[in-house]
Amino acid sequence: MDWRQLWEIVSAPDNVPIVGMIPLLVFYIYLAWKQARANDELVAELETNPALAKTHHRKSWPFRPGWQKEVHVWPFLLRIEFLAAIIVTIILMVWSITLSAPLEEPSNPNLTMNPAKAPWYFLGLQEMLVYFDPWIAGVVMPTLIIIGLMVIPYIDTNPLGSGYYTWKQRKFAIGTFLFGFIVLWVAMIIIGTFIRGPGWQWFWPGQTWDHNRLIYEVNRDLPDLFGITSNLAKGIFGAIVVGGFYLIGGFVVHALFRRYNPKDYRRMSLLQYSIMIFFLLTMVALPAKMLLRLALNIKYVWITPWFNV
Amino acid sequence: MLEENGNGTGKNGKEVGLLERVKAGVKEDVQSLKTDLPAKAKEQVEGLKDPTKTQVYTSIFRHKHDDTPRNRALGVLSNVFLHLHPAKINRDAVRYSFTWGMGGITFFLFLILTYTGVLLMFYYHPTKVQAFRDVLYLEHDVPFGKILRNMHRWAAHLMIIAVWLHMFRVFLTGSYKKPREFNWNVGVILLVLTLLLSFTGYLLPDDQLGFWAVTVGTNMARATPLLGHEGPFGKMLGMTPYNDVRFGLLGGSIVDANALLRSYIWHCIGIPLVAITFMAVHFWRVRKDGGISGPAPVMLESEADKRRT
Ligand code: HEM
Repeated sequence: MDWRQLWEIVSAPDNVPIVGMIPLLVFYIYLAWKQARANDELVAELETNPALAKTHHRKSWPFRPGWQKEVHVWPFLLRIEFLAAIIVTIILMVWSITLSAPLEEPSNPNLTMNPAKAPWYFLGLQEMLVYFDPWIAGVVMPTLIIIGLMVIPYIDTNPLGSGYYTWKQRKFAIGTFLFGFIVLWVAMIIIGTFIRGPGWQWFWPGQTWDHNRLIYEVNRDLPDLFGITSNLAKGIFGAIVVGGFYLIGGFVVHALFRRYNPKDYRRMSLLQYSIMIFFLLTMVALPAKMLLRLALNIKYVWITPWFNV
Repeated sequence: MLEENGNGTGKNGKEVGLLERVKAGVKEDVQSLKTDLPAKAKEQVEGLKDPTKTQVYTSIFRHKHDDTPRNRALGVLSNVFLHLHPAKINRDAVRYSFTWGMGGITFFLFLILTYTGVLLMFYYHPTKVQAFRDVLYLEHDVPFGKILRNMHRWAAHLMIIAVWLHMFRVFLTGSYKKPREFNWNVGVILLVLTLLLSFTGYLLPDDQLGFWAVTVGTNMARATPLLGHEGPFGKMLGMTPYNDVRFGLLGGSIVDANALLRSYIWHCIGIPLVAITFMAVHFWRVRKDGGISGPAPVMLESEADKRRT
């Protein structure tokens, strides 16, 4: 266990935000979960008791007749905002006094940094470079993430859970988002920050960074596994595999979705449904490709003269 | 004064009468100084006891400050900065556990960044010769330069974390659902702009850290499909290192003086202007969509399809 190495990584000024973000995330997930559970319990109670449902104020917070439904922004909201501003300022001041922003040597194109890391908030994408070519990890994926986020309101047809925390009413939506945000984004950033060392190699926390370590990975391409040699056949084979992933995957999603989410299924139009399936499968494709690499040392699935997947 | 000298004019009755009248007048003036001034002074002092009645005060603050519901509302509505808020809000909407305050904190951090950023601009030249030295100068010689730089840096990191958490809570509360679909999209654009702001700033110290991070980041642009010289179909469309998107981003084929200048302009002028515009739209839409989404009364399964409009 190399504590010094660990400390160097954890205390690197630009890594401190991530170290801080993890407990913040845990706290807010807890806060959301607590409220979701309270609301879910309330919903369950009201579902079984229609008479109560008619009269209940329908929030998990107390409310008594005679209480005003609305409060003045001044002072009730503004005082919170001022307080928040002061607290943020204090935190920022203390942080800025105790920890200095990094400044390395002057830039030098002839002296490569190893590892050369992107800013921490992009490390998820850089981590994806291990498994995908730059045109996917660096261009297509960010584009799809942005578009994917943008279509969310238009494909989520579930009218429940608008304006309050819940889990039971929106299991699929929330589960998918958690998978995308926590597993595919935050976890990859954590790996990129704390695990990846020189040569973008895997170093467990506390393992000494060895700048001379070489790993002879013998990666194969999927077509090789099937003994396909001609370029044309490789291209066709890859197209079939990738197409098959979306077709068969789409079918599986369909089978599951209409069984376990019949209401959403009924509400969704064909366009909404196919967009949802496309983005879901594309998300799943990331861990799928990672698995192929880690388990079978597969580099490419689809090889063409123009691009490789 | 002229009359008293009496130069050049004959000594006739008229003139003498004038002199006397002047004398009497002066006497009156002196008398009034003795009586009126103290009275006026007293009035003035009395007036100062209630400064809210002075003309200066009433010209600035357009209504009274007594603690009445009307004035509480006016205090918000008649202030250009506060009138983004409604006068009254849902009593539960001020609960920190619902919004986590992250949208507001993001905005506050943006304000801090603008303020510290403008101060930094006084000391920084976006040229290869000076940039790094300017940062050294800030760190060691400029009074409070170090804390200024630190605050700018850490506020930027905090802003990214706050934006993510804001998006996370908006998702978890289903706040992107009708009628807020559009504002979610404005938010996604703000998210991208926030990341880009941070990224363009990373290069500016012109040190190894920023240089290699931006090199790694922009190398991805080479692989842009169609538009990058190493991307799929790029070569076919005549892309070379000297005319592809990466060249456009960097103003050259390597990260050098032009890239520094472009980064600087995007960072200090271009993106902030766009971001401010989108923020204005974002806040406007929060209001127009009926304020923040909740905490709303929970909806039951049986009511789900009825309330769709
Ligand atoms: C520069 C970045 C941003 C700023 C300054 C900002 C600011 C705000 C503020 C002050 C609110 C009021 C409620 C609250 O504080 O939670 C709000 C609401 C909202 N924001 Fe943002 N936001 C930003 C980015 C985003 C992003 C990234 C998203 C989503 C992808 C988003 C989506 C929304 C939505 C849908 C609402 C309405 C929420 C509701 O009705 O409960 N915003 N934003």
